[in-house]
Amino acid sequence: MRPENYQAVPLGDSNEYEIFIGPNHPGIEGNYALKLILDGDTVVKGTTDAGYLHRGFEKLMEGRLWIQNLAIVPRICVPDPAPMEVSYSLAVEEIMGIDAPIRAQWIRVLQLELSRIAAHLFTFGGHAATTGMYTPMYWGVADRDLVLDLFEDFTGGRVYSIYNIPGGVRRELPEGFLEKLSHLLDYLESRQNDYDNLLFTNQIFVQRAKGVGVLSKEDALEYGVTGPNLRACGLAFDVRRDDPYLIYDQLEFDIPTQQKGDAWSRILVRRDELFQSIHILRQVIAKLPSIKGPIRTAIPNPLSWNVPAGEAYARVESSKGELAYYVVSDGGDKPYRVHVRGPSSMHAVQTLEFLAKGARIEDVAQIMFSLDACPPEVDR
Amino acid sequence: MKKIDYRDKGSILNPLKNLQFFARKPITEKLEPRPASASYRGFHINDMDLCIGCSSCQKICDNAAITMVEVPSIKEDAAKGIRNLRPAIDYGRCCWCALCVDICPTSAIEMTREYVHTCDGDDTDSYFVFPSENGIHDLKFAKGWTKTEDSDLLDRIRRPMGEMKPEARINNFDEVVDGFTMEMAVEEASRCVDCGLCEDACPAHMHAPNYIRSIYEGNLEQAVEWMYETNPFSHVCGRVCTHICEDACSLGRVDENGVKNSQPIAIRWLKRFAMDNVSKATIKHIAQKGKTHIKSGKSVAVIGAGPAGLTAAFDLAKKGHRVTVYEALPKAGGMTRYGIPNYRLPEDRLDQDIEVITSVGVKINYNVRVGTDISMQQIHQENDAVILAIGLHNGRSTRISGSDNKAVVKAVDLLRMIPQGDKFIAPKSAVVIGGGNVAMDIARSMARLQMKQHNKVNVVVSALEALGNSFLADDEEVSESLEEGITILDSRGPKQCVISKGRLTGLETVNVLSIFDNKGRFSPKYDNSDLQYHPAEMVIEAIGQSADITLLGKDLIEELDWDRGRIKINDNGSTSVEWLWSAGDMVKGPDVINAVADGHRVANDIDSYLTR
Repeated sequence: MRPENYQAVPLGDSNEYEIFIGPNHPGIEGNYALKLILDGDTVVKGTTDAGYLHRGFEKLMEGRLWIQNLAIVPRICVPDPAPMEVSYSLAVEEIMGIDAPIRAQWIRVLQLELSRIAAHLFTFGGHAATTGMYTPMYWGVADRDLVLDLFEDFTGGRVYSIYNIPGGVRRELPEGFLEKLSHLLDYLESRQNDYDNLLFTNQIFVQRAKGVGVLSKEDALEYGVTGPNLRACGLAFDVRRDDPYLIYDQLEFDIPTQQKGDAWSRILVRRDELFQSIHILRQVIAKLPSIKGPIRTAIPNPLSWNVPAGEAYARVESSKGELAYYVVSDGGDKPYRVHVRGPSSMHAVQTLEFLAKGARIEDVAQIMFSLDACPPEVDR
Repeated sequence: MKKIDYRDKGSILNPLKNLQFFARKPITEKLEPRPASASYRGFHINDMDLCIGCSSCQKICDNAAITMVEVPSIKEDAAKGIRNLRPAIDYGRCCWCALCVDICPTSAIEMTREYVHTCDGDDTDSYFVFPSENGIHDLKFAKGWTKTEDSDLLDRIRRPMGEMKPEARINNFDEVVDGFTMEMAVEEASRCVDCGLCEDACPAHMHAPNYIRSIYEGNLEQAVEWMYETNPFSHVCGRVCTHICEDACSLGRVDENGVKNSQPIAIRWLKRFAMDNVSKATIKHIAQKGKTHIKSGKSVAVIGAGPAGLTAAFDLAKKGHRVTVYEALPKAGGMTRYGIPNYRLPEDRLDQDIEVITSVGVKINYNVRVGTDISMQQIHQENDAVILAIGLHNGRSTRISGSDNKAVVKAVDLLRMIPQGDKFIAPKSAVVIGGGNVAMDIARSMARLQMKQHNKVNVVVSALEALGNSFLADDEEVSESLEEGITILDSRGPKQCVISKGRLTGLETVNVLSIFDNKGRFSPKYDNSDLQYHPAEMVIEAIGQSADITLLGKDLIEELDWDRGRIKINDNGSTSVEWLWSAGDMVKGPDVINAVADGHRVANDIDSYLTR
């Protein structure tokens, strides 16, 4: 069924024709759509049609108390909600002039890296599915569920953690949590062979992914690409290392890169990043028990909490790329303005449109998934 | 980690290795509820007894999912701060963030580990849930997300109030507390959750949440405007109010599981702060608000210029009636001036309250004792209505042996002498009988005079009640008395005043076994074997007061209905005599805020009587 506001694009006398994919389509990664103009099997022009998930988050936040927004922000990226909470909290903390206690910062890193693992597992499955392979999708989702179990354990919620609060985190880790986490990491590492056999050393997948959706370093920078997509073009930029927040400067980790900028490079970067996250979490497990102290810096009574006038831009490295909250306060009990610099809008709109041009129709879905955009974060 | 190079081609055989999974046991899980984690945010439960109906959960709810529902079967208790509102939750809106749990002042609302709810067909109402102790399906699931000290969102601890050191205050009558600074006041005010339980509890229903909000916003004038809507004695109440509001404050609750220490908002000190920081001229201007310029042509007489009488006079004058107040003493204020020492309530603050009241057109005739200087009859003839608000100025006596000696005096008489500037030589040693705030007032005043005159404090307070257990005086009065070097002997009953050759030498006390009989009547039992002697030059009785009703005259005393020694009044303060109303300590109380409330009550009733 066509959307009500659908307008056919006049094509003139050419051989070109137009198709519409999405928003509810198995080959699309969420609630957004693509309008493609094709000549035979080749895409002449692709246009991203976003807005199906528009709930006006940024505007909603202007009408809610500072603390109430904590329940909204995770919704801006469902598969990877932790960076949203942390980034919002960091921005508010900066305006307030307070810092989360060291222990809370370590716990935040733990949450962020677990969230990254969950998001990447999700993406492996999605990317594979666009090439017709469904088993990695089942595996990815099943293994992600084990991560969600841990989220449930320490944050109280499986998907929407709502665990951070400006000033720290809401709850101490439950007893025995780090052992559980350690077991999970062991398990995930033990799955490496299975995933490699099924996907990363599978000749069919490698051939499908190689050379598809090639993005040069210059174009990537031009289009505002960040995160794994940028690192797949050969630029080792990572907010965690280049503009460290929380306690990332005390952690040791590599920034995986690839040079070719195609779909295969991008998924390889994600694969390597997942293991870097495991490496980081191992360091957290080793260090966290020795870091004692509070997990929250007190904030005023949230019902009459006026954040002093000011503005802050707090960025973190999410699984999709550089995520930032630009928060402006006029000294009131609600934000004056919140702007979310989501990486996905750059990836899903201009980059995807650029890469789709000249691609073959069967690769469009793969290009889209290899960019790993998050539709609600495009719409905000 | 095994490296995969970009150039790796992979193998067509690799995925086939995973055929081994056919030999593995499937890990599909059965479709039945598994136990959720120990801090899971499942459905809500609410402990109906802990819940006080403060609506904080509703205020913080991000999605307006919570509606406060009146439950008539729950008994309201304004003085304890309990309302019969309880939260109902719309799970069509709830986002399970548990902010309601973390803000609940009493830890009543919590979440369980239950997470499955489905409904049949059109039964969508089942998503609108009134949580009880047993959970959404009455299945008594274990608790999930509950409040911890870390997750508690409220600011529980008061900003400390500075006060003079004992050694600095002991030889003078300067005010003990310092008062808030602007910064402290704003911080203290920011703790308020705006539940309004204080307003319900206050006898005069002062709009405390509103003026706390105004102070928080830095608008002190507006705060004073809110105060003057209900209380023309805001300076006085900002210092010596019995602050029933703070006992009802939702932040004053502690519970066994989560919150160990929680202090109510310092509502009284906030009121003091706002009043002290707005100029007298502005306050006078504010007090004029709502005053009619139409004269009713009716006149009302008020006997007694204490808080009850003057509040009524203030209200009636603003409503256009001619009001004349008769006061036997040289200054107005009643017990607030002649009963409360200056170190608790400086006279200039009281003077200012009275100046504001007279500025709306209340006329006070000082040094006129009704019954002596003017008769009750004459007042009745000259006025359409009369308010009797003479307070309790007669001290009660223990009537123990020797209490008729001239060195045995009543606390109220002494307290009245001090502010009148009477030359008074303090005894070198004194024993106070009584354990209420009046006993503390006289003991602390006496200690100050002793320090000034003899450089040494020797005051003993002998009280029937046990300290820390139903002791009558406020805790802070007790602790400050002890700091000032006063000895408090609790659970001691007076046996006799020892007189030798017509001179008082001391007081004998005995141990108290019980104060009330099994029917709850006052009937103290003593252990006479445990006798103690306290040498003293003066014994001061501070065991209660009564009203001096001789001014009424014999005929009126007979005409009035009485209730156990007090004039009988109805709910509006009117007596059995049509033109006579009574208010304040002599019929209710004793405290300032009850007197103020009483004043409003009779003023309203008289106004409707006069304009009927």
